[in-house]
Amino acid sequence: MERFNQTIEELYREMIQIDSLQIPCRELRDQGMALFREKGIPHGKMEKWRHKAIDTLLVKPDQPFKPYLIQTEPSPYQPIDQVFKCEIKNIGTISYHLLNGWYIHQNKPLDIRDNGVIVGSINAAYQQFPELVSHYFNQLDPEKQDGLIALNQALFTDGIFIYVPDNVVVETPIQIVSLVDTLQKLMIQHHHLVIVGKNSQLSLVHCNDSVHEENSFINNILEINLEANAQLHYYKMENKDAQSILVNNTFVNQAADSRFTSNMITFNCGYVRNSLEVHLKEEGSDANLYGLYLVDRKQYIDNQVNVIHHVPHCTSNQIYKGIADDEAGANFSGHIYVAKDAQQTAAYQINRNIALTDEAKITTRPFLEIYADDVKCSHGATIGQLDENAMFYLRTRGICLRNARMLLMFAFANEIANLVLIEKLRERLNDMIKRRLSGELTICDQCMMNCADKENLIYDIDTTRLRS
Amino acid sequence: MSKEIIENITESDYKYGFVSDIEIEEFPKGLNEDIIRKISARKNEPDWLLEFRLKAYRKWTTMKEPDWAHLNYEKPNYQDIIYLAIPKKQKELKSLDEVDPELLDTFNKLGISLDEQKALAGVAVDAVIDSISVKTTFTETLEKHGIIFCSFGEAVQNHPELVRKYMGTVVPYGDNYFAALNSAVFSEGSFCYIPKGVRCPMELSTYFRINAANSGQFERTLLIADEGAYVSYMEGCTAPQRDENQLHAAVVEILAMDNAEVKYSTVQNWYPGDKEGKGGIYNFVTKRGLCKGKNSKISWTQVETGSSVTWKYPSCVLQGDNSIGEFYSVALTNHFQQADTGTKMIHIGKNTRSLIISKGISAGKSENSYRGLVRVTKNAENSRNFSQCDSLLMGDQCGAHTWPYIDCSNKSSVIEHEATTSKISEDQLFYCQQRGIDPESAVSLIVNGYAKEVLNKLPMEFAVEAQKLLAISLEGSVG
Repeated sequence: MERFNQTIEELYREMIQIDSLQIPCRELRDQGMALFREKGIPHGKMEKWRHKAIDTLLVKPDQPFKPYLIQTEPSPYQPIDQVFKCEIKNIGTISYHLLNGWYIHQNKPLDIRDNGVIVGSINAAYQQFPELVSHYFNQLDPEKQDGLIALNQALFTDGIFIYVPDNVVVETPIQIVSLVDTLQKLMIQHHHLVIVGKNSQLSLVHCNDSVHEENSFINNILEINLEANAQLHYYKMENKDAQSILVNNTFVNQAADSRFTSNMITFNCGYVRNSLEVHLKEEGSDANLYGLYLVDRKQYIDNQVNVIHHVPHCTSNQIYKGIADDEAGANFSGHIYVAKDAQQTAAYQINRNIALTDEAKITTRPFLEIYADDVKCSHGATIGQLDENAMFYLRTRGICLRNARMLLMFAFANEIANLVLIEKLRERLNDMIKRRLSGELTICDQCMMNCADKENLIYDIDTTRLRS
Repeated sequence: MSKEIIENITESDYKYGFVSDIEIEEFPKGLNEDIIRKISARKNEPDWLLEFRLKAYRKWTTMKEPDWAHLNYEKPNYQDIIYLAIPKKQKELKSLDEVDPELLDTFNKLGISLDEQKALAGVAVDAVIDSISVKTTFTETLEKHGIIFCSFGEAVQNHPELVRKYMGTVVPYGDNYFAALNSAVFSEGSFCYIPKGVRCPMELSTYFRINAANSGQFERTLLIADEGAYVSYMEGCTAPQRDENQLHAAVVEILAMDNAEVKYSTVQNWYPGDKEGKGGIYNFVTKRGLCKGKNSKISWTQVETGSSVTWKYPSCVLQGDNSIGEFYSVALTNHFQQADTGTKMIHIGKNTRSLIISKGISAGKSENSYRGLVRVTKNAENSRNFSQCDSLLMGDQCGAHTWPYIDCSNKSSVIEHEATTSKISEDQLFYCQQRGIDPESAVSLIVNGYAKEVLNKLPMEFAVEAQKLLAISLEGSVG
């Protein structure tokens, strides 16, 4: 670990010397570094990390340590589709790209649309709209941060900035694609910021993919601010290779009557930790948090969901489902916090898991912490197998074991996929789930999007008839 | 003056608060190896036991008091505690007549007169007052069946081989901070051995009671059910009120061999502190059962109404194939009480099953947490767990929390957990009041109904006491 910390110190010195960012980050870097020195990389003895320690992944005890690098300058522009073979337009989004830690553009760091919507690099956004950005940027409580958030503050490079002004409904979903394409051992620290104004609506698709990479470590922060009556649908897709470590820290602040819906979908990963913290700060706000993870081989997925009800009359709903195969591991830690006087709260949380092998390890921690009495809170967690009765039913209908299993698993995962509101994305997802469950979807597919061109998975039976 | 006020406030609520003036020969305060040697010498213990205590003490000095529980209390000063208090009069007692009349009076005030207990369905009471077992009844009947039921001290003298063989096998001396402390300084407790194939003809029961000021009690209980044996064991606690916090760090070990069944019930009513949150008992207990044999079963039932701070997780290690662990709990907190209680179910054997039913009730400004672990290991094929943890909130100043930990490393096991938190139903309250039941009785009725599932598991005498306790503990929490 010492070597790792040394690397961080070196990178920090390097970053403050050559800082080319427009955003005034010196103070932030110093703060972050001081906090990182104090807290360090989370280790397995910390309550929230005990099931899978990240320190032993960053510094593998049985291997010689190879320091991480940071790409200190943006890559020169290259048409992204040369690197990234993906027909993104098929799902009807407008996409923005990040490559190796930097926003990639063709002399247009900021896309300012006629209706006032701004999308682009957070650095450029700060240069043009310093007040707007600094009002929302890095509004995190240093008391509650762990070492990884501090690390991000100390070393961050770039991120996407999205601003939707009041009373604007963004029709076409916005897509963020974070790519890593390098043969170096890269460490990437993104800090994204999304602001949705009063009565506005936005759909955001956020993809993490890798092209070529060696043991990259990506540490993201995403801050989302929803003003009164705003709506955001957030879709997070993760399809990474087995070597990568990906940590996402998402913070959501919701004003009155705002509505936040998230779908965290993880198909392939090395180690992924999705930490989602939702603050329901004004009355009438509503959060719907869904997640699906299908992991196999030695992958590990960790979903940490924290919903904080600060005020009365808010609702939250969490549904996380997952299937673990081979030697994969999955953890779900859900935490519902209802503050004193947050009466009339309705909070619901469910986590369902299927373990397919004896080597797969599933842990779940559905926590409730409640300080108000007039509430309806419930949670449930299950770990089990496919329903034997359903399996028997299918077998009696002459469906072979393999297909019956596939059908049941598909039905299990389908519940989450069906909550995706972008129709084309939903179709893709269902298709991908089928491929994933039949073992056909691997990282060779590069991106979750390009599978649409291939032939659909053919079952021995006509699945369309099963619906009626 | 302030003492008077406090007395006035508390008198009506905690009817078991009094001090009996039995002469107590006191030990010096503090904890070090000398004290431990002294305790051991006083009890005339063999060397291996002293060694056990010293090992535990040395381990304890390297450990840190746990702070992961959802509790907020002033940590006790372990050097300011008297680690052994023994009533001076020590002589062999054969009948009730020889018992100190004052002691008998104490029991009468508690409503557990030995006579009554004798009459009531043949319950043998091993009454522990201030760490010394004063009276063991029904010994003859038990002896006929070959059952050993005596104080821990006697067991060490009379059955050292059994104690040595089993002590520390379920809760090792270094298991946790409080277990290590207990292993170093444990004073008294109960020992019970049910031989092969014996079904204990009566319900065994021990009443514990803290008496001397500032003397933390360190009970140690060891229960062994040999092959095919059955025993139902009851433990009840009431403590007189004290202004200073008292520490109670007990260890209970249960072993169930092949086809054995142990039922452990406890109604716990330590002094919870007054309405201002002053005083009260710290209850830091390690209770664990090991289902060592095939088809064995251990069942914990607890009703927790007392203690200012409770840190207690009666657990089952399901090692034998087809073994069963059960945990039924009602935890009620009022005023400034804090409880962090729950269970651990560790599935190791094949086809093991566990059931957890936990009902939490919080009122006043109290904090009530359920904390539980269900772990299914790789070899525990076809294991099954079901957990249900409900919390009831009364008033907007209290907190109810659920912290379940579920780990599964096995594909053939099924684990289910569900929990709800809500307040007392307005409809039910309205219905009761409409029928002319006053609000306080109505709440008591609803709470009893809510906890019925667990209370039903208690032996009859305990169930009655538990229902009354729930009602008393909730007094003043309505409106």
